[in-house]
Amino acid sequence: MMTNIGNRLTQGQFSFLPPLTDKQISAQIKYALKNGWAIGIEYTDDPHPRNTYWEMFGNPMFDLKDPAGILAEINDCRKTYPSHYIRVTAFNSTRGVESPTMSYIVNRPKTEPGFGLIRQEVEGRSVRYTIHSYATDKPEAERY
Amino acid sequence: MKKHPNEPVPSDNSSIDLDAEFRASNIKEVLDKLDLELIGLKPVKTRIRETAALLLVDRVRKKLDLTAGAPSLHMSFTGNPGTGKTTVALRMSEILHRLGYVREGHLVSVTRDDLVGQYIGHTAPKTKEVLKKAMGGVLFIDEAYYLYKPENERDYGAESIEILLQTMENNREDLVVILAGYKDRMEKFFRSNPGMRSRIAHHIDFPDYSADELVAIAKLMLAAQNYRFSPEGEKAFGEYVRLRMKMEHFANARSVRNALDRARLRQANRLFEGAKKNLSRTDLMTIEAEDIRASRVFKEGAVDLDGDEGANNVSAGG
Repeated sequence: MMTNIGNRLTQGQFSFLPPLTDKQISAQIKYALKNGWAIGIEYTDDPHPRNTYWEMFGNPMFDLKDPAGILAEINDCRKTYPSHYIRVTAFNSTRGVESPTMSYIVNRPKTEPGFGLIRQEVEGRSVRYTIHSYATDKPEAERY
Repeated sequence: MKKHPNEPVPSDNSSIDLDAEFRASNIKEVLDKLDLELIGLKPVKTRIRETAALLLVDRVRKKLDLTAGAPSLHMSFTGNPGTGKTTVALRMSEILHRLGYVREGHLVSVTRDDLVGQYIGHTAPKTKEVLKKAMGGVLFIDEAYYLYKPENERDYGAESIEILLQTMENNREDLVVILAGYKDRMEKFFRSNPGMRSRIAHHIDFPDYSADELVAIAKLMLAAQNYRFSPEGEKAFGEYVRLRMKMEHFANARSVRNALDRARLRQANRLFEGAKKNLSRTDLMTIEAEDIRASRVFKEGAVDLDGDEGANNVSAGG
């Protein structure tokens, strides 16, 4: 996007920062575990902001004590999908909250073509705007 | 030993106070607790002391820049049922945690059912999930020999062992694996899985308790529940233990616990049926000889069947 200098996808936490190191990821996971949130790993190659539901990599992880196991899982996912977007989510199951409380990207493709603005002319000279990810012009799994 | 706490660059002559390190780690407290709460088990205690010493020295060495890689601490506990394998494993995780060898110090206790799946593709995620849970702590696999069933070549246990081995090797600083079970079966298991044997550095054998040790254990167990033997009661229990030890399905401390549970039952019944309705604290606390002697072990020389000392308990480890 024009306003996104460097063409980096900015979704979730820490997305304006340089990529998190494994140590920093571990610290974030530790924080989530300390709060009793279940951690899930998700991946996608369709980064449209409205694409809320990414593919899950394995089951969400409950009852863990230490980030080492989750970090191993993240690295597994990176190995399987080296050029997909991968994010880590922390789910808070407290009654009344029951939604993800953390979400941050831990892996992204080398080049991110970004999004184009599409104008659709409709009745009465009005224009509808939408954005379109250049990557999704190609079929799934060939995008990055 | 001389103290040089803030030696900037360690030379060959720089020293560190081992005693101060020892005190700082609070390890003494745990070892003392181990001595106090675990009766007998001399070889086990010696081994734990040695392990603790190794870890402590390792830590001191690290401070003087003498790194030697994380020692492999996977262990195998062998011994008859009720000899305290699970209890020692729990204590072990605490010791390792205090020495900073494991980060969280929790114990995840599993058996074959938790690791091996029901169908193709079920085992790997199941085992991995358990391993993930145990990261930063101790994974205790009870009756580990059931993992490997040589008579069934399509058994998924082998897959589980493979993943286990891989993690034991690659995540050595993330978790400690303790395998436990009967001695002879464990030996058979290690013979058929040489990879497993070579990755386990510490083999600790748990001896059976003597009759006197079992009575001492019984007294500790009662004290924990605010009960105590009368002098005759203690004598009766000593006789009970000696008789019981000769019978089948004797499970050391676990049999003692079951016997005590039944004695409590009889004590409550005695108080309830008795004429005396004004009971003192002492009455409520004391296990008398008659509570013990009512056991079928005395009457018929047979094992009480109301407890879980029957055949279903033979395979239970611990």
